Amino acid sequence: MFRSHIMVCGGTGCTSSGSKKIIEAFNKEIAAAGINEEVKVIQTGCFGLCALGPIVVVYPEGIFYSMVEEKDVKEIVEEHLVKGRPVTRLIYDETVQGETITSLNDTRFYKKQQRIALRNCGRIDPDNIEEYIAYDGYAALGKALTEMTPDEVIKCVLDSGLRGRGGGGFPTGRKWALGAMNHADQKYVACNADEGDPGAFMDRSILEGDPHAVIEAMAIAGYAIGATKGFVYIRAEYPIAVERLQRAIDQAREYGLLGKNIFGTDFEFDMEIKLGAGAFVCGEETALINSIEGNRGEPKPRPPFPAQKGIFGKPTVLNNVETYANIPQIILNGPEFLNTIGTEKSKGTKVFALGGKINNTGLVEVPMGTTLRTVVEEIGGGIPNGGTFKAAQTGGPSGGCIPASLIDTPIDYDNLVAIGSMMGSGGLIVMDETTCMVDIAKFFLEFTVEESCGKCTPCRVGTKRLLELLDKITSGNGELEDLDKIEKLCNFIKEDSQCGLGQCAPNPVLSTLKYFRDEYVAHVVDKKCPAGVCKDLMQYKIVADKCKGCTACKRACPVGAISGNVKEPHVIDQAKCIKCGACVATCKFGAIIKE
Amino acid sequence: MKSLQELQAIRDKMKANISTTRDNADAKVRVVVGMATCGIAAGARPVLNAFNEEIAKRGVEGVMVGQTGCIGICQYEPVAEVFEGDTKTTYVKLTPEKVEKIVVEHLIGKTPVTEFTIGAIQK
Ligand SMILES: Cc1cc2nc3c(=O)[nH]c(=O)nc-3n(C[C@H](O)[C@H](O)[C@H](O)COP(=O)(O)O)c2cc1C
Ligand code: SF4
Ligand code: SF4
Repeated sequence: MFRSHIMVCGGTGCTSSGSKKIIEAFNKEIAAAGINEEVKVIQTGCFGLCALGPIVVVYPEGIFYSMVEEKDVKEIVEEHLVKGRPVTRLIYDETVQGETITSLNDTRFYKKQQRIALRNCGRIDPDNIEEYIAYDGYAALGKALTEMTPDEVIKCVLDSGLRGRGGGGFPTGRKWALGAMNHADQKYVACNADEGDPGAFMDRSILEGDPHAVIEAMAIAGYAIGATKGFVYIRAEYPIAVERLQRAIDQAREYGLLGKNIFGTDFEFDMEIKLGAGAFVCGEETALINSIEGNRGEPKPRPPFPAQKGIFGKPTVLNNVETYANIPQIILNGPEFLNTIGTEKSKGTKVFALGGKINNTGLVEVPMGTTLRTVVEEIGGGIPNGGTFKAAQTGGPSGGCIPASLIDTPIDYDNLVAIGSMMGSGGLIVMDETTCMVDIAKFFLEFTVEESCGKCTPCRVGTKRLLELLDKITSGNGELEDLDKIEKLCNFIKEDSQCGLGQCAPNPVLSTLKYFRDEYVAHVVDKKCPAGVCKDLMQYKIVADKCKGCTACKRACPVGAISGNVKEPHVIDQAKCIKCGACVATCKFGAIIKE
Repeated sequence: MKSLQELQAIRDKMKANISTTRDNADAKVRVVVGMATCGIAAGARPVLNAFNEEIAKRGVEGVMVGQTGCIGICQYEPVAEVFEGDTKTTYVKLTPEKVEKIVVEHLIGKTPVTEFTIGAIQK
């Protein structure tokens, strides 16, 4: 029995900012203070507020320390843990009001969040199966096996309204019903942890913070469809997640929660991890199945669907990590647990990886139907440096952007599709007025060109041609008719590519063209980049009236592009200028402008 | 895992161990033990531990057991304050045995143990 628990985030983000060292320091200082039998240090999963990492939460008070450094540990131990005086200067400032410390749940970041998939992240030690069990872990599997028929399990999932969190939004219960319907001597359950979207880390965080939830859910799926074997396909670039998941699988076996005769029934289930090399296309279900079988990760035509012919030609139910993370709670609490949250056709919550021009970069889980405004302005804490919101990109390289005019759109599957984006797996990148929308479209397209598997021509060649057209525009050589060409090419790629990668690749281009056509036109007609991002379309200039001739900029310029005598206006030689912007910051008189 | 009962047994054991400490940050009832140098010297640490153990053992929910600095009445240490909404009960000169009685009568039974309060001692 420990009177105090110190929860240190061991997610990938906080680990890279030094949380391992912090854990070691805590253990050392606690021992030095002689309280190692009263205070326990626990490595836990992601708290979500990654921008403020490394994060340490001290219970029982629930004091939230942010940006903790190794050198702060001694003070926390001596003051807070020994004497009961929290170290105010390290506490997340939103929870400190004068002398009192307010609840974390009242902060703008957490208040409107609802954690279902992330419920155990930051709450338990993911390496200890008994902590998972303490918070009702494996009770859903026990309930399913001993009190419910496979059909009842499927009905419960169907009635909950849960839809796939991997991007497509297909009703999970319906997928399971298809898997159950197709009879075979062997069936499989698979989990998609490929998570290829740039900037996305929802699935990684769930596996790092609550691996047993996924194991439990996969066993439940196995029972529902009649499968005895599961695969988790996870990219090798996620070493912490792989390690924790493997440890969790081993523990589940040890406790008889995987293997034969689970809960004394004749149900058996076991699973293994398959490492992927991290190709975006391997997240596509048929390519993923190829890869698990040991073949090239190339998509196959559908039908047949995986539920008919999946891994090794056997019926396979494949779901996303976050989809699975919802399952135990649904089985345990009934379909109403989920279907009372969200919008008419999108039930429950969605986890987003919030990134880009936003203060609280991190992981958030909100009820479906929450508006983008709430996510950006309240939970996300707004745009840094007083910037203004310009757009948000959802769905990564397959999605589109949502302009400021649509910031009050309630986020759910269907609304996002209606406005030309999509839910995707949950990447949410915020952009401000310093972002060029043509450049953003180009960024995502470069990604798809790189990641196209090359099997079919519209995707392989089409995306390349499309990128060339965008390059032409951002370099100032675009013509108005190029915009029509772009649109035609986009539609062609969409219609004629074989898999989702190609079919969705034009989305970032189409949606920026739809909402920010002006910006494209400015590049083409005025040869200007309004955001000042596209280097070929902007210049640094010295305003002669404002220049005092102090020579500061001349000395800062790395290529000697600035000339001028002391106390006389300076000039930038455009032929030499490499547009690094180094001079701008040196001018105390604001004489250097970008146009 | 042979049965639901077996799972339940692990759950109960673990819950008692961790939930008291980890799930009561926003609890309505808060017990704080004075843990400044004076308190520690007078034996506050075993008192704090006794609160935790009694609460876990008896499965009391919704009580946070924390610590605070010097309460300012050093001659009465070890001291613990019980906060319930606006009311505060200050217990003084505590021992683990007294703590057991406070947990049973006050935290569970909702009746403060008057004899251990500062008011009783000062009379
Ligand atoms: C190019 C491409 C990449 C994909 N990447 C992922 C991924 O990283 N993770 C994921 O869960 N689903 C991904 N999907 C969707 C999967 O094909 C599949 O629909 C999903 O895993 C099914 O699970 P769900 O129903 O639980 O969402 C991708 C699809 C395409 C076309
Ligand atoms: S659309 Fe692209 S990624 Fe998909 S099969 Fe064709 S070439 Fe490969
Ligand atoms: S730093 Fe500013 S004021 Fe000084 S020479 Fe350059 S432009 Fe002129």
